[in-house]
Amino acid sequence: MKQTLLSLQGISKVFADKTVLDGLDLDIYDGEFITLLGPSGCGKTTLLRLMAGFEQADAGRILLGDNDISHAPPEHRPLNTVFQHYALFPHMTVFDNVAYGLKMEKRPKHEIRERVEDALAMVQLGDYARRKPHQLSGGQQQRVAIARAVVKRPRLLLLDEPLSALDYKLRRTMQVELKRLQRELGITFVFVTHDQEEALSMSDRVVVLKDGVVQQLGTPREIYERPANLFTARFVGETNLFPGRLKQITESAITVDVFGVHRTLRRPDFSVADGQSVHVLLRPEDIRVLEPNADHGLSGKVVERNYKGSTLDSVIHLDDGTEVLASEFFDEDDPAFDYRLGEPVKVSWVDGWEWLLPEEAGQAVPDGERTADA
Amino acid sequence: MLSVRQQPFKTAVLVLVWGWLLFLVLAPNLLVVGASMMTRDPVSFLSLPLNLDAYRQLFDPLYLEVFLHSLFMAAMTTLVCLLIGYPFAWALSRVGKQRQLLLIFLLIVPFWTNSLVRTYALKLILATNGLLNNGLMSLGLIDEPLQLLYTEGAVIVGLVYLLLPFMILPLYSVFDDLKQEVLLASHDLGAGRLSTFIHVIVPLTLPGVLAGVMLVLLPAMGLFFVPDILGGSRHLLVGNVIKNQFLDARNWPFGAAASIVLTVAMAFLMFAHRLSKRRLGEEGP
Repeated sequence: MKQTLLSLQGISKVFADKTVLDGLDLDIYDGEFITLLGPSGCGKTTLLRLMAGFEQADAGRILLGDNDISHAPPEHRPLNTVFQHYALFPHMTVFDNVAYGLKMEKRPKHEIRERVEDALAMVQLGDYARRKPHQLSGGQQQRVAIARAVVKRPRLLLLDEPLSALDYKLRRTMQVELKRLQRELGITFVFVTHDQEEALSMSDRVVVLKDGVVQQLGTPREIYERPANLFTARFVGETNLFPGRLKQITESAITVDVFGVHRTLRRPDFSVADGQSVHVLLRPEDIRVLEPNADHGLSGKVVERNYKGSTLDSVIHLDDGTEVLASEFFDEDDPAFDYRLGEPVKVSWVDGWEWLLPEEAGQAVPDGERTADA
Repeated sequence: MLSVRQQPFKTAVLVLVWGWLLFLVLAPNLLVVGASMMTRDPVSFLSLPLNLDAYRQLFDPLYLEVFLHSLFMAAMTTLVCLLIGYPFAWALSRVGKQRQLLLIFLLIVPFWTNSLVRTYALKLILATNGLLNNGLMSLGLIDEPLQLLYTEGAVIVGLVYLLLPFMILPLYSVFDDLKQEVLLASHDLGAGRLSTFIHVIVPLTLPGVLAGVMLVLLPAMGLFFVPDILGGSRHLLVGNVIKNQFLDARNWPFGAAASIVLTVAMAFLMFAHRLSKRRLGEEGP
């Protein structure tokens, strides 16, 4: 049974008439890696600052175990933060930076020494103890920031976009390293990012936020494969949204008509009616590109192709103008695979991989939209 | 290498800068050093032989006392400036950008008026039947005028008034650079307000403190017109001694030697300031 470590209840926060968080509820389990994901301005950083105690909520409670810490100052909360820009103390050595928290606890000297050395060894900076922060690279400074936070053995580690200032390769390395640290230390990680790929690859659970409201809370797989709404579908990964119409609704199944193709699917969770318009969501990797003389599929032509190493990503315009994104694993043995720009093709998708979303207020069914992975 | 002809602008700028430094900084200072080692002459002011008598004269108990008293008043001035300037600069860095600009503007406005004129204005306020005494008497707080003018306090008040902006501006600069995240990190790691102040804020603002001290302490020993106007004949500054040696006593070597002492003191302070900045990694290793 998963135990709740930190419980946020009805949290609201308003800055200068702008509602940043609106009655948010969230339970964070002991030992999990949970990610707050959303575009800038969605309230994810504010939420983290509320947990750390840097901000006070206008309404709601924050419980750590059974203790109400809503009004406790940051120095009295048994959780630590890794800041976006590291926030190392520039006048102290690496050792003194890491030792700072323990000195504040007035730990005995030999214990401080031992624990700081352990923490630095853990982030592979044992040889850098005497350096000053400005003598370290960005990645090394980040490791010091992590060591400084975990050396206090917090119940919860808050990470505010800690990898955003690092280059791509270093970011991937640090992602793996953070996961390793989290497993080894058994500390609950609350990770803030706007990078959906990072969120999916690292987290046990992901919280998708928009305008201070939780859009979806689930495992990375749930978020990606079964998005709760259009926002999540578009924000997390690339998406094809096709217009569909419902037919033949039964207790457990429905039939959906997409571009004249009829597919029978499990009945979705939202309320459905005969003839209702819906969005049919298909990920680019669900799409199959076929030869133009294939016996099924929708005809169109290739307008863009990007070789990505392991996959070949293409954009196809159907005859009615709908844009389709396709991402296929590279197969050198298939001669038909390497189509040229402007070449006619047929497009199909794996039967049963469609995901249905209801139309949202004020939004018509868009023609297969393209979304950038922000 | 490109010739002068090919890079006329670069050459002109370099000549100007080096010329300025050589003729208006280095040469005058060398003249002062030279003068300090020459012999007093009633006709041509300076004459050979070279000697160190002027420096010996600095240790004359009479002058030593003036120097120490001047140092004391300068130190008090610096301390008062620091006590006012530090919280002021801190608060200044915390208000909104718009108001920050306004406050800095107000801080600079007095510079548009000659400091001599402002010192006379201060005299009118502090005088026996001046604004302050009349105000206090009409409020019934005192029965007879206080002796404010021609006291050590008046000199220090005058120096603080003139020099406070020079303390605030460098302090404002370091407070402005102080990253909020670093203070949050300190709290996050378990430090309360006092610990954060002692272990983080003070060390990180130390270069600003030293820069402020540098800009206040030395001028506070040299602004001779302040004691002239507010201090009567007592409460002399080193600046008064230097001025008197050159203009009244006609002892140029001694005046030059006293100037050198101030210059050397300045060099020491600048060295300390550099060290403190290097600790923060703001300059090369």
